[in-house]
Amino acid sequence: MSQGPDTLMGKPPVVAPGHTSGSVTDKISSIVLERTPRWWWVGFGIAFLLVQLLLLSLTKLVLEGTGIWGLNIPVGWGFAIINFVWWIGIGHAGTLISAILLLLRQDWRTSINRFAEAMTLFAVACAGIFPLIHVGRPWLAYWLLPYPNTMGLWPQFRSPLIWDVFAVTTYALVSLLFWYVGLIPDLATLRDRSRRKWKKIVYGFGAMGWRGSAVHWHNYEVAYLLLAGLATPLVVSVHTVVSFDFAVGQIAGWHATIFPPYFVAGAIFAGFAMVLTLAIPLRAAFNLQDFITLRHIQNMAKVMLATGLIVAYGYMVEIFMAFYSGNQYEEFMLLNRIGGPYKYHWWALLLCNVLAPQILWIRAVRSRPWIVFLAAMFVNVGMWLERFVIVVTSLHRDFLPSSWGMYSGTFWDWATFVGTIGLFLALLFLFLRFLPMISIFEMRTILPEAKRPKESSS
Amino acid sequence: MAEFSSPAALIAACKATREAGYTKLDAYTPYPIEEVWEAIGHHRSKLPLIVLAGGLAGATAGFLLQYWASVIEYPLNIGGRPLNSWVAFIVPTFETTILFAAFSAVLGMFALNGLPRPYHPVFNVKNFSAASRDSYFLMIGTNDPQFDSEKTRSLLESLGAKEVSEVAE
Repeated sequence: MSQGPDTLMGKPPVVAPGHTSGSVTDKISSIVLERTPRWWWVGFGIAFLLVQLLLLSLTKLVLEGTGIWGLNIPVGWGFAIINFVWWIGIGHAGTLISAILLLLRQDWRTSINRFAEAMTLFAVACAGIFPLIHVGRPWLAYWLLPYPNTMGLWPQFRSPLIWDVFAVTTYALVSLLFWYVGLIPDLATLRDRSRRKWKKIVYGFGAMGWRGSAVHWHNYEVAYLLLAGLATPLVVSVHTVVSFDFAVGQIAGWHATIFPPYFVAGAIFAGFAMVLTLAIPLRAAFNLQDFITLRHIQNMAKVMLATGLIVAYGYMVEIFMAFYSGNQYEEFMLLNRIGGPYKYHWWALLLCNVLAPQILWIRAVRSRPWIVFLAAMFVNVGMWLERFVIVVTSLHRDFLPSSWGMYSGTFWDWATFVGTIGLFLALLFLFLRFLPMISIFEMRTILPEAKRPKESSS
Repeated sequence: MAEFSSPAALIAACKATREAGYTKLDAYTPYPIEEVWEAIGHHRSKLPLIVLAGGLAGATAGFLLQYWASVIEYPLNIGGRPLNSWVAFIVPTFETTILFAAFSAVLGMFALNGLPRPYHPVFNVKNFSAASRDSYFLMIGTNDPQFDSEKTRSLLESLGAKEVSEVAE
């Protein structure tokens, strides 16, 4: 990247001027190696309490069964599926930032990719809980996997639900690998910089004896690029398969070919909203304005706006197809969304996902992190509502009026959902405290001092 | 083993030692520098081939698993539809391809780099911990035919090394 055109365009830099390889290393590793700030304990404490709420809800669920939730026929898919899709969608921005933007050589990704990947992992962990507990007897969830068993049974490989098992498991494992490989050189830095013996040993284990040899770096870079190349189609496939869970079914409102692209765009939209939700407070809390600059906030806001428009297009196609198809059930489904018993959800969804992000067209708004934060919060809520509308309004009034019904979450539905938010935050707090939240070695590569040799040699 | 304070100095030193006829070279840097690797003169990485093999193995294993389960071991006749409904099997096949390829990329990278290796003689070099911060090292192997304790040391010093030290095996 050349500095020239960017400064001419008036764009803020990717790293504040004046930093060197040493200062970047010291600043980022000090977050991990220095004393724990007091607010960390407060934040972690609140998140930890919510984790207890999750454990309580799960215990109650195992003891009494899914009857503690609001699920019933006709709405057999409720919060568990809504939350599953919401969480897994959030995860997608992490992979997008780390893999796709790496392949596109967008160097502004460097200071946000590490915690975006961590966000992916934790979001997938939260997402994974829901289908497992939704099966009713979670202790038998391993039946989903293909393995030789005494019952002589095998999974139905033609079902999107089994595709989901493969897609989500692969996604979780590949995200973990990608994240860990990215961490190795930084763990070596922490090993070399920590003063306590036990810290040296623990980080040393993680670093696997990394010593920064030129041959190692070469293999490492090849591995990292290949992983990015593999993760890119993977991330698209995961949300496509999630959308198949709906689109392959024959319920009006689910059975649509627009679902895969619209779900993938929605996932990236939701994910960027969550990255912004996390990045804006974090840069303020850790004084990282030098590394997570306004440039990052602005670019992420633009990606959020663009994917938001794709999602809005998806809504438009849904409305258009409902009438264009000439199918009375499709048409009814849509009118029922707009004016039926869940109309407030639908209108709130439009407000959050379509209307609110439009303020990001204005450059002055994109340069004010806290307004961007507010817009991102709207999107977080809006994307949850979107899944609620898709799952609930499609199911609650299907083909026969005699089988219509209503659905609402119970206390335990909400407790489980809020509990997973607690789990997500608790894992994130632990990550911030024990691992470098910004990739140190990649930050070194985008510093001006790393550019010099290239210019002199060519 | 010589320590340099800037990447440009290290690259120049790599080129100079190559020209002086040394072949057993390695460099240690805080971040990947392509020129260093080129200046040292190593071959292409074998990793892409390993990953390709891993991906193909994953595709084969994934498809055969489904074929075997759905056609041979547990055939379900649903309205006379074909048992080998390969179109539906593509999705899990794709996922296993990615999974196996990703694992072979990571494990292959470890294997080619000889990691994990918790101890290595270079860790004994004074100030080597700065190699993961902001220092750049060039190492000439003692098994190099050109190697001569005195001459090598003076060559490295003439290239502007901050400090030259010998690493005990």
